[in-house]
Formats: sequence, structure tokens, C-alpha cells
Amino acid sequence: MSLILDHVNYIYGEDTSMAVAALRDVNLVMGDGEFIGLIGHTGSGKSTLVQQLNGLLAPTSGSVYFNGNDIGDKDYNRKELRSKVGLVFQYPEHQLFEVTVFEDVCFGPKNLGLSPKEVELRAYEALKQVGISDEQFYQSPFELSGGQKRRVAIAGVLAMKPDILILDEPTAGLDPKGRDEILGQIRKLKEETGMTIILVSHSMEDVAEYVDRIIVMNQGSVIFDGLPREVFRHYDELEKIGLAAPQMTYVMNRLQQEGFSVNADAITIEEAKQEILKSLKRG
Amino acid sequence: MGIIKAINLAFEYIRRDEEGNVEGILRAVDGVNLDIEQGDFIAILGHNGSGKSTLAKHFNALLHPTEGSVWVEGKDTADAASVWDIRQTAGMVFQNPDNQIIGQVVEEDVGFGPENLSVPTEQIWERVEESLKAVGMYKFRKHSPNKLSGGQKQRVSIAGVIAMHPRCIILDEPTAMLDPNGRKEVIRAVRALNQAEGITVILITHYMEEVVYADKVYVMDDGKVVMQGEPRTIFSQVEELRRLRLDVPQVTELAYELKKSGLPLPDGILTIDELVEELKKLKCSGTGVDYVIDS
Repeated sequence: MSLILDHVNYIYGEDTSMAVAALRDVNLVMGDGEFIGLIGHTGSGKSTLVQQLNGLLAPTSGSVYFNGNDIGDKDYNRKELRSKVGLVFQYPEHQLFEVTVFEDVCFGPKNLGLSPKEVELRAYEALKQVGISDEQFYQSPFELSGGQKRRVAIAGVLAMKPDILILDEPTAGLDPKGRDEILGQIRKLKEETGMTIILVSHSMEDVAEYVDRIIVMNQGSVIFDGLPREVFRHYDELEKIGLAAPQMTYVMNRLQQEGFSVNADAITIEEAKQEILKSLKRG
Repeated sequence: MGIIKAINLAFEYIRRDEEGNVEGILRAVDGVNLDIEQGDFIAILGHNGSGKSTLAKHFNALLHPTEGSVWVEGKDTADAASVWDIRQTAGMVFQNPDNQIIGQVVEEDVGFGPENLSVPTEQIWERVEESLKAVGMYKFRKHSPNKLSGGQKQRVSIAGVIAMHPRCIILDEPTAMLDPNGRKEVIRAVRALNQAEGITVILITHYMEEVVYADKVYVMDDGKVVMQGEPRTIFSQVEELRRLRLDVPQVTELAYELKKSGLPLPDGILTIDELVEELKKLKCSGTGVDYVIDS
């Protein structure tokens, strides 16, 4: 599996006086089994980028290749693409509509034209993957808690068996425990299935904790792309574009300025703890 | 008596089937007693479904108690004749900025509230100006709200509430849908209102970092207030908060973890400055060394 963006530009309202360039010369390669965090302030082009990946929007110029094929080709099967690149929108629980949890998750695979047996099998598997218990299968999705509803909505996309799962702010509005639960499930999913995950997020703390690679967007361009610790070294620049680094980055940098011999690259609480203990031990 | 007072407040949602028979009763708020002083900055924490929004909706008479009573500036919210006074005293800002803006132009949107209070036109414009200045959005007064960022829209919503000259403003997860910058803008504006104008603030949030500056924190679980106190006291109880599906600010958690590893740090460190100061003390005295066990 690979997804390649080659000189992708996208302009909203091209040929009108309202034309706005939402993507400017974006070049990216996303490979098998990566856990990618996509960050950027509101209006930086994240959502536009995500919509290019499963063909909901076509580039104004440039190309998107999925497994070596240009998804913009006339005879490209975009229906199949959409089952391979699963997109979970913000507040996906607003899209639940069926009478029971199980039927809701069946809706996607049913539309792929699979046998009823296969549909149910997939729905069952998907619900298990997000940690919904059997007793809840025949409940109305509207009787579940916020976090559970969201997990059912994610299961609806998983049941399509995508190679890539894109989640747009999957933790917005959830309480801290709910956030940890959802992200923990996603990490487990990635480890078990080897699926590529793209997490669109505003929480630098979550990104620092979970992803292997961060892509930072600003004004339609990719401005950083690398390991979380590398990207967060540029916390000054991140702040200038309306973002921030995780709180740990600030703690470590402050300590370094105050003369502590710590590595300021620590971005999680565990890493920060080890660094501080080490520096105090040395005296 | 403070500006808002709840006495043995309980609220029940009654679920009915198609025939109107009672299917179930959910006690969303259960025996809450509160007394909020004028000018305080109050934060309410609690997991999804803990009853915090239901509680907040009682403060401006959007909901009425099933049992007990709520008093706003000495007026009973159950008294239909006081509803307009109460809503003018206590204004509310919700999570989604897009659902709260109705005007085509920022200044018209902000003027909508006072206009409905029959404020004379000249004064409406004065109020619009001061409100937009208070949230730092005056230079956008002629803009279309649709073109603003989430944080800017949310600040316009807040200005719309301030223009009604409330003495108390209730914010129900105002930053949940915003990016880090938007979140900072909104919280800064809210703190300024509290400090400069003395407006009572009641902030409901899931972001622990936003609570650090509150005078008092209430934690809800299962419709009840289960913890209350200053942020420092509340955030000292890391394990208890986790049990309630909540969290502490990351610095607080780091300090807590360091303490567990043996460093003699005080409980409830809330800011980076505090942690750095404490660690500096340890480093100078050299005491840290003795406490660190090889791992």
C-alpha cells in the first residue's frame, strides 16, 4: 500500500474572483503501516488534503497515486478507492442513523455488494475492534454514551476493511478518559492489522504520545514532515503559525535554559521524567 | 448569598415511549448545593454524561429543577416572571460557535441581544463597541462572521453575551471545537472579562490546563458534586481524578510521577514555572541526588 501526492495544488472557486488556494505544491509519500499525525490550525488545508486522499476532491493540478495508479484517471475505480481509504469525519456520531448498533455498522459493507454473511462477519469484527461488547450490538446507537457512539461510527468505516484509516479529530468533545480510550483502540488496531492511520488532531499531547510521524500544514503547504521530536524542536515556528508543542517540550526547554543537563527532545511525560531523574542524579 | 445559589438541586429527564408511558427516569443532577460569589472564576469538570451541562442550564433558567431550587441574584429560577431578569444576569455561551451567530455582520450580531432588551439605539452601538473591544474583536466589526476562524467566532459569541451586560457568564465547553490558538484566544478573553470587568465566570471544560486559573473547581460525577476546592487541592488528587475519567495538566502529572520516583516535590504543581522553581531548589541543595534510585 502506498499513497503518493505529486505536486498537488487545489484552488477553491477557480476562475472566480473568490479563488482561494487551499493546497500549494504538496508532495508526500505515505507508506504501509505508518501512524501519521496531520496538524495545522483551522484553515491550514488539512481537511482539503484529506479529501484528496480518497478522491472526494480532485487536484486542480498534480496527481494522487494509490498503489501506483493515478486516482484521477478516467477509468480508475473510485468506488473501490473509497472502501480502501476510509475517512472518519469530525463528530462522526452525527452520521449514525440505523435502529441498532449492528445494523448501522452493516450499512457500509452492504453497499459494497457483499454477501449477507460476509457483511455480518465484518460488522461483528469491526465492533470488536473498537471495543463494543456483544450486549450493545442490538441497542439503539442513540442510547450509547458519546465515546461509545463515536466508536460505533468508526466501526462503520472499519467494516469496509480500508487499507488506510483517516480520522478527523476523533477525540473532539470527549472527556480525558474517552480520549485515551479512543486513541488506545486506534493504536491497538494499527498494531493488529498493520493499517496505515492518519490522525488529524489539534492536540499536540495526543500526537506526541501516539504517532510516528508528523506532517504540519500551513497556508496550504507542508512545512514540517518528520519524527515528532524533530518537528517539536521547531516550537517557536509552530507557535507563529498558531500551533504549539506538547507541554513537555516547554518544560524541557526551560530546564535546559536554567542549566539542567537534560535532552530537550523529550515530548512525553515518561521521557521527561527519565531525563529529569537522570540530570539530578548526575548532580 | 452569592450571585448563583443552588439548594438541593435535582433534575430528572423522563423518557417516554410512543404511547407516553414512562420508560425510564434519569437523574442527571442529584442533590447539588452551590454558592457562587460575585466576581469568582469557577470551573466545572466532569466526564461526558456527569451532569455538568444540565447543571449549567439551570443557572439561566433554561431548565427548571425537578427538586430543590436555584437562585440567581436572589431570584428563584422557577418563577416565570423572573426569567428575563435572570437571563440578563446570567448569559450563556455554547460549544459550537456556528450555532450561535445569526448576524450577517459581526457588529449586527453583537447588537442583537441588547436590541431585544429594547436598549436605545445609541447605547446599543456603545455596548457593541465596548463588548467587541473586550474580546479583542473590534477591528473585525464590519466583517462577515462566516469568514472568521473558530476562535474568532467564539469571541464574537462571547461579545454578544457581554453586550447584554450580564453579571455572570456561563461557558459550556467553549473551546472544544477550536485549535490551540483559538483556545488560547478565548480563554484569554474570558480571563480578562473576569479580572477587568469583575464578571463572574462559570467555565465548563474538558481541558485541564484551562482550569488552572480558576478560583474554585467543582468536579461532578453521576449528577453529584464529588470534589470542590482550589485547583491546587483538586489537582493534587491525581488518582481520584483518573477514577472520575478526568486528568490533570501534563506538568502536574510530570511532577506527580517525579514524586512517585522519590523526588521531594510538593503536591499540586500547576504551572511550568512552579515545577522549574522546585527542581532548581532541589538541584541547588543537592537533595535530589539522594532520592533518585537507580532504575
